[in-house]
Parts: sequence; structure tokens; C-alpha cells
Amino acid sequence: MLEIEIDGKTAQVPDGSTVMDAAQQLGVYIPHFCYHKKLSIAANCRMCLVQVEKAPKPLPACATPVTNGMKVFTHSELAVKAQKGVMEFLLINHPLDCPICDQGGECQLQDMSIGYGPMKSRYTEEKHVVFHKNVGPLISMEEMSRCIHCTRCVRFGQEVAGIMELGMANRNMHSEITTFLGRTVDSELSGNMIDLCPVGALTSKPFRYTARSWELQRRKSISPQDSVGANLVVQVKHDAVMRVLPRENEAVNECWISDKERFSYQALNSDERLTKPMVKQGGEWREVDWNVALDYVAHGLKDVSREHGGDALAALAAPSSTLEELHLLSKVMKGLGSSNTDFRPRQKDFSADSKRSGTPWLGMRLAEIADLDSALVVGSFLRKDHPLIAQRLRQAAKKYTKVSLLSVGADDQLIDFHARLSVAPSQLAVSLAGIVKAAAEIKGVAAPSGTEAAVVCETCKQIAQSLVDGEKRAIFLGNVATQVDQATQIHALALELGRLTNASVGFLGESGNVLGGYVAGTLPSAGNARQMFEQPRKAYVLMGIEPEFDCANPQLALAALKQANLVVFMSAFKHAPALEYADVMLPIAPFTETAGTFINTEGRVQSFNGVVKARGEARPAWKVLRVIGNVLNLNGFEYNSSEAIRDEVIGKGTEFVGGLDNGLNGVTISLSSVGNEGLQRITDVPINFADPMARRAPALQQTADSTAPKARICADTLAKLGLNAGDAVRLAQGNGEAHLVAQLDNTVPADCVRVAAAHLSTAALGDMFGQISVERA
Amino acid sequence: MAMLGSINGLLMEGLDGDNGWSLQHYVARGGYVQLRRILENKVTQEEVIGEVKKSVLRGRGGAGFPTGLKWSFMPRSFPGDKYVVCNTDEGEPGTFKDRDIMRYNPHAVIEGMAIAAFAMGANRGYNYVHGEIWEIYQRFEAALDEARAAGFIGQNILGSGFNFELFAHHGYGAYICGEETSLLESIEGKKGQPRFKPPFPASFGLYGKPTTINNTETFASIPFILKIGGEEFLNLGKANNGGTKLFSVSGHVNRPGNYEIPLGTPFATLLEMCGGMRGGRKIKAVIPGGSSAPVVPGDVMMDTTMDYDGISKAGSMLGSGAVIVMDETVCMVKALERLSFFYYEESCGQCTPCREGTAWMYKVVHRIENGQGKPGDLDLLNGVLGNIMGRTICALGDAAALPVQSFLKHFGKEFEYHIEHKSCLVPKDVQWAGSGFHKV
Amino acid sequence: MFSAETLQKFAREVAKYPAIHKQSAVMACLAHAQEENGWLSPESIEAVAQYLSMPVMAAFEVATFYNMYDLKPVGKFKITVCTNLPCALSGGYHAGDYLQKKLGIGYGETTADGKFTLKEGECMGACGDAPVMIVNNRSMCSHMHPEQIDKLLEDCQ
Ligand SMILES: Cc1cc2nc3c(=O)[nH]c(=O)nc-3n(C[C@H](O)[C@H](O)[C@H](O)COP(=O)(O)O)c2cc1C
Ligand code: SF4
Ligand code: FES
Repeated sequence: MLEIEIDGKTAQVPDGSTVMDAAQQLGVYIPHFCYHKKLSIAANCRMCLVQVEKAPKPLPACATPVTNGMKVFTHSELAVKAQKGVMEFLLINHPLDCPICDQGGECQLQDMSIGYGPMKSRYTEEKHVVFHKNVGPLISMEEMSRCIHCTRCVRFGQEVAGIMELGMANRNMHSEITTFLGRTVDSELSGNMIDLCPVGALTSKPFRYTARSWELQRRKSISPQDSVGANLVVQVKHDAVMRVLPRENEAVNECWISDKERFSYQALNSDERLTKPMVKQGGEWREVDWNVALDYVAHGLKDVSREHGGDALAALAAPSSTLEELHLLSKVMKGLGSSNTDFRPRQKDFSADSKRSGTPWLGMRLAEIADLDSALVVGSFLRKDHPLIAQRLRQAAKKYTKVSLLSVGADDQLIDFHARLSVAPSQLAVSLAGIVKAAAEIKGVAAPSGTEAAVVCETCKQIAQSLVDGEKRAIFLGNVATQVDQATQIHALALELGRLTNASVGFLGESGNVLGGYVAGTLPSAGNARQMFEQPRKAYVLMGIEPEFDCANPQLALAALKQANLVVFMSAFKHAPALEYADVMLPIAPFTETAGTFINTEGRVQSFNGVVKARGEARPAWKVLRVIGNVLNLNGFEYNSSEAIRDEVIGKGTEFVGGLDNGLNGVTISLSSVGNEGLQRITDVPINFADPMARRAPALQQTADSTAPKARICADTLAKLGLNAGDAVRLAQGNGEAHLVAQLDNTVPADCVRVAAAHLSTAALGDMFGQISVERA
Repeated sequence: MAMLGSINGLLMEGLDGDNGWSLQHYVARGGYVQLRRILENKVTQEEVIGEVKKSVLRGRGGAGFPTGLKWSFMPRSFPGDKYVVCNTDEGEPGTFKDRDIMRYNPHAVIEGMAIAAFAMGANRGYNYVHGEIWEIYQRFEAALDEARAAGFIGQNILGSGFNFELFAHHGYGAYICGEETSLLESIEGKKGQPRFKPPFPASFGLYGKPTTINNTETFASIPFILKIGGEEFLNLGKANNGGTKLFSVSGHVNRPGNYEIPLGTPFATLLEMCGGMRGGRKIKAVIPGGSSAPVVPGDVMMDTTMDYDGISKAGSMLGSGAVIVMDETVCMVKALERLSFFYYEESCGQCTPCREGTAWMYKVVHRIENGQGKPGDLDLLNGVLGNIMGRTICALGDAAALPVQSFLKHFGKEFEYHIEHKSCLVPKDVQWAGSGFHKV
Repeated sequence: MFSAETLQKFAREVAKYPAIHKQSAVMACLAHAQEENGWLSPESIEAVAQYLSMPVMAAFEVATFYNMYDLKPVGKFKITVCTNLPCALSGGYHAGDYLQKKLGIGYGETTADGKFTLKEGECMGACGDAPVMIVNNRSMCSHMHPEQIDKLLEDCQ
């Protein structure tokens, strides 16, 4: 520990601290622009110059290491003179038109120049003008003359996003931030650069000039869109969401959010919002009052239950629904005699359901990722499925964590992997078994029975060794690992590997409230998300689900829905395809318009309130379900608040839910059933197609991540199929087909076709993973 | 041959222009004897560094930091990669000595670097060569090939078990890469933007490994120091100013060129060696240490000795040893305008005071030169340079500010005249007459 | 994209640096790429970045930072004149003026026949030989008084 005195206050700081660190610890504010606690130190803005006793020159606080007994003065004449000097330089080429600048009111340069008092500029030359740039639909670089060259944006790309898309070209005062020759910025984390920019150089394109910062009210919320449960600030004007920003929570999202979470809000204000209950009568859709609609639904469901039994009813909810919604949905269904309620629409293998020892979860806290010695991720399009977890792993890999990936594609995760294996989906389990076997060999114990067929490759050994070494190790199962046919086998193998190596085993989690689904007891005892469509029911309730896009097998789901007598569609959006097969549409409030709770993948309970009034006649789904319960005269539907529902499920004041356990009982490992014939489909769910909100955010839909699906095939397989890149192809699964363009993509394993889900062009296809045929169209 | 003269020369002794650069000639001049002696007689690292310390060799790149002391900062028993790096990015206006050393005596640089590497436990080295001197870079590459073939660099040098791989890295036009940390960035394949120090290169240098950077002339002096002994070297010069040093003399003298003279030699003697002032004109001013050094009025300079302390007493610095001599036909406003343009152009653009300040200073000097100066401009210049000096990441900020400050201090009248009369104190027809350009 | 000869030069440069620091060769590779094509096209920059497995933006930063890269086509002979003070004192300005008059172009311009481009340069470290100029980044010409300039222009074929 070192002792330092700043402006007369003393502090003890750890070795290696900078003066800036010490000042923050003491609560002393030192002006700065380039310094950011999450980025490397650049010391280029020189705003943080302070006086250090015995130093002849002012020193930058952000870069000056503390020495024992150091005395620092941040407000001495020398320091203030230096700071003012820097301010003067920063302002000479900066437009002084704050009133018309989009950053006005939230500009660090503006704040600081006001803090230093009115300064008549001695600069009378012409200001340097920097040409604007177009870098895509999200970030506006219209006003690059405002840039103060702090390079935060550049360092963010290099260090956090893992991809250097922006750089500072040229030198001297002609230095400018740009992409390479007008390319777009495509990182899924790019919006964070807007937050990092201390001036109005990088601004949000969708938000630009829609509101001034002082007109906005800031409300707290939680993102439903990914499994970390990013903490948000939602900015609101006249009951409309104008902007979404990250709310710092070091343990959860640090200070970042993904672009999906930042820009999806556009959907909330879209014309596609469902604002009135609607009922289909005689093939015609009619807007009706809520009581009419609810009566219709309650009686409809009750009639089906009475005539065909409760098992003829099924309900499917999005895993981004709140805990309260999920709980009440299954409670209503149970009241109607049905236990066919599920929240895992993209899953296929449910054989683990009766064998779990507890609620599946990450297996550790998110913040612990930084301390891992090694990690193995199995079955994941990591960067796009879990941008923030990928970011944590990226940072960890840069330090000392050996991160490995076993998955179904070799696409760039921007992580410096220790080792990686890319295999066909059908090989995922057997490859994992290879790693299990390698670990057993290293440990000198017998390989678990059932793994005999597995082959131990060099990479398997490398991965196994990294999991054996070190103290903190983790195995993470990604979305693909839970979506493939052998999900339970993979889970069991991961547990074996964890047992052998002492690594924790966990799930990255597909959406914002998967744990909530398990905890709320939304688990089916009979008809899970697969069975409910395989064995078509008479009535369905869909909550927040768009089956064409969100189900593991849209073909199957749509067929079942089309034959049903009653389909109740609860959604925030008037989803056009559903007009065909639904019978009732109930406008429910998205997360910004309701109170609720999400439980993130580490088991953290995060409740939130609505930030704006529900749009039109939309109502929180928990209220809708409560009223349905009331209409049905069911017991236990007397809730006054969403908190009451939450407390009923998990008790009051819970920070982390209990019962977290990834164990399985009575699953035997058996790799014999692994088939590998013909061409296999690999399916990714592109980040901006992944949920109904993202799909309706125009800016997100213009990004590189939102290009229409192609049939992505590696060179060898293209040749084998007699196809060329660019050919129009017909893909067929079951009785559905899709017409796409073949694209050469050597990150796709041999004998596989990668086809994105969650897009109309592929909605007629079948299982996300399974056999598929491709031929020239 | 451009090297013109010497007094007690060491580096320049026995050179034969473009004919004598090769290994064969260097060996004939007694080259590589010191490296061999050290490796074969098992001279210790401490002994080598001790000898360099005794010589009071001060870095020839500009800052004049004692070389032996710098070497002792290297954690030489630290396991893993360590580097020695030679700075031949000679870009300081007026300086052209390293080019001639590399051109006529490249093996002295190689031997010096190998000895330095041995003394500091480094196994890899780079010589960063100024972009504009491609032919010299190629010659150095040829010399490296010779040295490698003869076993003076590479693996297991002279059977001693000592390994030292040495390569040349060619710059491509950026003065700032002469600054040692931007030079390292540049070798790493990045923009040449200086790093904030600490950490210093001795602990975090090239690729983050311990690194020592010295100037070409510094390295080239090493074999000679070991040959004649540190004490002898020191005695060639004067106390605290050991040895001989090359001075690059440019400007209004009859024979511009490189002169190797003992530190402490009077400026008047150097001027005489250069054949005196061109056309017998009167000396007006001298920049004695490269363009970044403060300008000194001619008469003050005539009473100054050429060594670190002497020039410092005259209000300037020895710097890189580039002596820019100006006669009375020079307009000091125009001269400063050109220098200010240079610093503005060469600022790396990274830190605020340098990026904005150098441009601002140039713009003001430029408008004064063009008859658009305003009253108060000289105060403004002093204010701006005051806001640059001591506030930047590297010394380029000071290097840009010092000329402005010193020109205003000594030749303020000329600037005032420009502002007031919108014209030059030096009559138009004689301006730059000293250039010696054959008019057509 | 590049000739076998240029690729060989690339390989020689890469070999100078530790294997994990290939990026160190970017300056040299860009220079060789420029030498082959006469200028540094975006495609060349991208190809070099790919060759060295570095982000193209990082290669672009390098290409725009150092003076001697030409990101736009230049004449067959690019003449860079040093006009910095030490050279100017010995005729640097005059040599530049003389060249501009002879070629009928200003600094930064190219003759209509595409033969010559004239640039103003910074100190080349050869001030003792002033006036100095460099042709095509590679060959340094010393003591460039009118007779020598005339000869240089004649020799540029
Ligand atoms: C802007 C700037 C330019 C420099 N240019 C050179 C140079 O061209 N050659 C050189 O040897 N040192 C140059 N230096 C000094 C180096 O940073 C460094 O001090 C020197 O190479 C160390 O070698 P020495 O101790 O042998 O002098 C420059 C420094 C600055 C701040
Ligand atoms: S754009 Fe903004 S963040 Fe980027 S360097 Fe400029 S001021 Fe800094
Ligand atoms: S000033 Fe022209 S080469 Fe030095």
C-alpha cells in the first residue's frame, strides 16, 4: 500500500495505482477526457494535469503512478493554469455551437468549459473542419469537427469489442477518426462508443435531434434481451422511449450494452404495436373491448378444456417474459387442467426435464469470469448470442484465461482462443466426449462409460489439459448446446468433464429470463414445447412468441397452430402472420410498460418498474392473466401488484434465487445413436432477429448483422453438391422449403449448411438442427 | 566524401569514403577487436558498463544522458527477451552525422550494438533507419550480411555462446520516430506515437520487454571507448563531457559537413575548420544543437565552447550536435516560420497541446511573415508556447516551443518590425543571398 | 495482388521479427507494395493487412501517418525537395522554385504527361549536401544546383 495526499486528503492505495485512481477513491474530481476506467491509458488529452510536489512540470493524473508519500494538488495555480491551457487548445478547433449540438447538455467538454469560466478565445484563425462520415445506421459521425481526439472510441474497438473498425488516420492536426475507406462499423457492441465519446462527435443516429437531453426523464430498467440482464437507463419524453443507455453495474453488464439492447426501443414506438384487443369473427378481425376479449378467451379455453380435457390446451411463452407473467400463465393453465406450459421454444431435447437436481444456471457469478484460469464454451455463436459474456471472456483471454470453444462453426469470435474445435452439430456430443476422455487420461482414471466411441484428438487433449490446470475453471453450455438433438447428452458429458477436472458447469442462457421460467414452475409435466406441436392440441396460448421465428421447428408449430380451434396470441405487436392462425390478439405491455422481474443466468433477481404508460390499450400481461384467472373463477388470483406475485414465487427481498444446480440424475451417456448421414443444417439465430423487438427496430435491421439469410456452405461441400457461390438454391426440410442464395463460407463445417432462423425466408423450414437437402433452384 | 575534418577523430579516423565501409576495411582499421576481446577474454558485463561509465559518454541523440548509467538500468539478469535498439532516425533539421557514420563506418555501429547487447544481456537488436536515406539503409543491410557471415552477429558469436540477432528497420517519413518510444511503436508496426513514461523502455520497451535505445553515434563510439579505455576517452574531451563528437555544420559556412572534434573545442575553431562564413558575411545567429535547440546570437556563439555545459551556458543545448549557421541575410521571421511549419507538420497528433499548439504557433508566425501580424501577437505566441511546454507526452512540444521562444527573445525586434511595417527588416534584395545557390 | 518478387521481399521483412509480431513488417511491406504499383492503393493496403493478419484499419493508420506513402497515384518520378531551414539556407527554396518553374507545376502537383510529381519534404538528414532532393523515395540527390537539376530531369526517362 502507498500513501498519497491529494488536496490535503490522504488515502492508502494499492501499489500500481495512478493518481487518478487515488483521486477517485478520495472522491476528488480531476477533469479528464481520454481516461476511462475500462480502457487502456492514453494520456493524450492532457486535461487531467495536476501539480505533484517536487515535479517541475504538471503531470497527467491518469498516467502518473502513485509513489509513497506523494503530494498532489489538483487546484493549485500550476494545475489550474495547465488545465485551462488545455481547455483553450481543445476549444480552438471545436465548434462553439452547443445550443445546436446533439450532445448539448450532456457534453463533458461543455460542462468543463463552463466550469472554467467564460474564456474569450485568443484564437482568431479559421477553424479546422473535419469531413463527416457514414459508418452505418447506428452511429452518426456527422459532426466530426467536434472530435477532440481522445481515442476512446478507437481503444474501445481494439480492447473491448475486439475489432478495430475505427482508427485515427493521418497525423498532426489533420488526425481524424475514421473507418477504412467508408466502411461501416459492424461490431455488435458499437453503440458503446457513443456513450464513450465525451463530446458530440459520435452520436446515436436513431436518436439524433429527436430530443434534447434536458427534456428526457431517466428511468431504470432491466434488459430482457439477453441472459445477463443488462441494467438500463431508459430515457423518456412524453411517455415515449427516446433512448436506451447502459446503467453501470459492474457485476452484471459493467458499463456496456449490446446494440440490440440499445436500439431495439425503436420497435416500442412502431406502427406495428398492437394497441387494442382483437378477435377474429367469421374470418374478420375486429377490435373489441378488453372485457369482450377476455371473456372470449376465458370461455374459449374453458370450453376446450371441458370438451377435450386439459391436455388439449398448451401455452408457450417467450423466455424473455417476466417471472410474474410466466408464473401466472402456468397458473391459469393449471387451473384449466393443463400442465402443458413451456418457455423454451427453441429447444428440442427435453429428456433432462425430470432428471434435474435444480435450476440450471451459469454455475458461477458473471464477475467471476475474469478470475478463471480456463474456460470451455460448448455449442455457441458466442459473440452474437452473448455479446457481453463474450466481452468478459475476451478480456479474460487477454490476461491469462485459456478460453476454448467447441462449436458448430469457426466464425470469428474476436477472442484469442487457447484452442477451438468446429464440428457438425451431430458431432458435438461425441467431440465433447473426446475431451472428457482426454481429461480422464490426464487424470489417469477410467473414462466414463458410454464414451468409448469417442476419439481423443490433439485439440481435445489441449482443451482437457487447460481444464485440468489452474484453480478456477468453467464449462459453459451455449444456446446451440441446448438446441441440438443431443442436448441432454451434452449436458451429461459436460458434468462428467466438470467432475473429472473440477470445473464448474453452467448454461449461458438463451434469453433474459430462462431462470425465471424454471423458478416460476412453468415446466411442463407432459406437453413440452416440442410435444405440444408434435401432438397437436385444440387450443394454444402464445405469449410473446412469434412461432415462425422463435420455435425450434416453425413448420411443426405452424401446422399445429393452423389446425387448432383456438389460438390466443398475446403480444406487444400486431404480428402479421399470426392474423392467419390466431383467433384472439391481446395487446400486452413490453418490458418498458410493465413492472416485473427477470432472473439472469447467474441467478440474480432483478425487478423493475414500467418506465412509460402502456401504449394504447396494451396492458401488462400479468394483469391480463390475473383477470383471466378471475373470469375463470380460479383461486389465488387476487394479486394487487407484480411484487405480490414475485414474492409468492421467490419470497421477499431475494437477491439470488436458491436451488441453483446443474446436476442430472439418472442420465446415462450413450453416443451410439449419433447419426451423421447426409447434409446437416446448422442454425444460428442472428442477433437482430432474435426477438420480436429487435426484429422491428429499423436501424438494427439495416446493420450488417441483419442481412437476409443465405445458405452458407464451405468450399468442399459446395463442390460436392455441384454448387457455386452465388447460385440460387432450394433448401428443403420435411414439407417446407426455402429459396436462398448459396454463399461460400469456410467457417461452416463440412457436409453442413448454415441457415439462419428467425427470418421469413426460412420460416417454412423444419428443425434448426437436422437433415436438410439443398439443390440448385 | 562529406565528412570533412576532425581533430583527434575516433569514428572518422582512417575512413576512405565510400570505399572503406566494408567489413574487410573495418577489420583492417582494427574493427571487431573489442567484441572479440570481450567474448574471448570473458570480460564481464559489469566491466564493459564500468568502462562506458568512466568514459562519461553522453548520449549523442539529443538529450545527452550518460550512456553507462542508462545501460545500468537494464535488468540484465531478467529472464526472457531483451532488446537493444539503435536510433538512426536522424530527422532533427540540421543533423546529418548518423547518415555519414552509417555510410562510411557501419560496422562500428554493429560492433557497438553487439557489445552493448552483451553488456545488457540482450539477444536481439534493431537499427531504425531514417526513411529518406534508403541507400544508407541498404548499405547497412549489406554490412549486416557481412557481419552475420563472419560470425560477429547471430548465434553463438565467436564460439562464446553469446547470441545476438540484429536487423535493420526502415522508417518511412516521420520525424517523431526519432523519439525513442515512438520509434518502438513504429518497430511494432504502428503509428509512431510516443508512449507516456513511466514505464521507461528499460522496463517496458519493444514488445513490452526491457529495451535500451541509443543513438547511432553513441553505439559507434563504444568500440573506440573500449579500445582506448574510458578514462582516455573522457580526457579527449573535458570533465563531464567525455570524448570527441561529430558536429554537423550546415548553413552559411564555406564547407558544410561533419566535423569530429573534442568536446570543449571553441566554436570559433569549428567555424574555421568549415572555412569560415560563406562570402565573408557577418554571422548573425547559430542554432547549435539541431532545430529544436534555442537560437544563439552569433557574437555569443563566438565565445562559446562546443560541449554540453558550454552551450548550455550560452542559453541553448548541444542536442544532436547540428550547428546551423545563419548570416545577416537571413530573415529570422521567415526562418522561424519554416521551423514552426516543420513542428506543426511533424506533430504526431496524439496529445492536445502539441497537436493544437504547434498548428496555432505556425499560423501566427505565418501571418506575421505575410504582413498580417497583429499587435499582441508576440505575447500570444509566448502564451501559446507556455501552454505547450512541459505539458506534452514527449519532448516534441518543447522542441517546437523553444525555437519560437528563443527567436522572440533574441530577435524580437525583427518580429515587431514585421508586424508594424508589414515588411522585413532585412532588405528584400539581400534576403537569403548567403544561400550560394547558383542563380540562373 | 503482388508479384513473386514483392512477396519474397515481404517474407524477408517478416523474418526480421519474432513470429508473433508479424505486424512489425507492415511499414516495409507497404513500402514494397508501393514500389511495385507506384502508389499505395486501398486494395494494396488491405492485401498487406491480410498478409500480416492485422486489422486493415491499423494498416491504414500506418499508411496515412508516414509521409512517404502515396495514397494517390503520383507521376513516374516523384521528386521530393527538402526546404527545411538548414537546406533553405543553402539553396533549398531556390532549388524548389527552379524545379517548379521548369516543370510548370507547384508542390503536390503532377505534370500533365504524368511524368513528374513535385513534393515539398522535411529534413532528409543530408543538410550538409544542400540543396537535396529524393527521387521516388529511394535515391538521394545532393548539391542540386541548376545544372544538376537539369541533368536529373534529363536522366529521368
Ligand atoms: C522529437 C524528438 C526527436 C528525436 N529525434 C532523435 C533522432 O533523430 N535521433 C536520435 O538519436 N535521438 C532522437 N531523439 C532522442 C531520443 O528520444 C533518445 O533520447 C535517444 O535516441 C537516446 O539515445 P542517446 O542516449 O544515445 O542519445 C529525439 C527525441 C525527440 C523528443
Ligand atoms: S470521436 Fe469522440 S471518442 Fe473518438 S476520439 Fe473523437 S472525441 Fe474521442
Ligand atoms: S534541412 Fe534539408 S536535409 Fe536537412
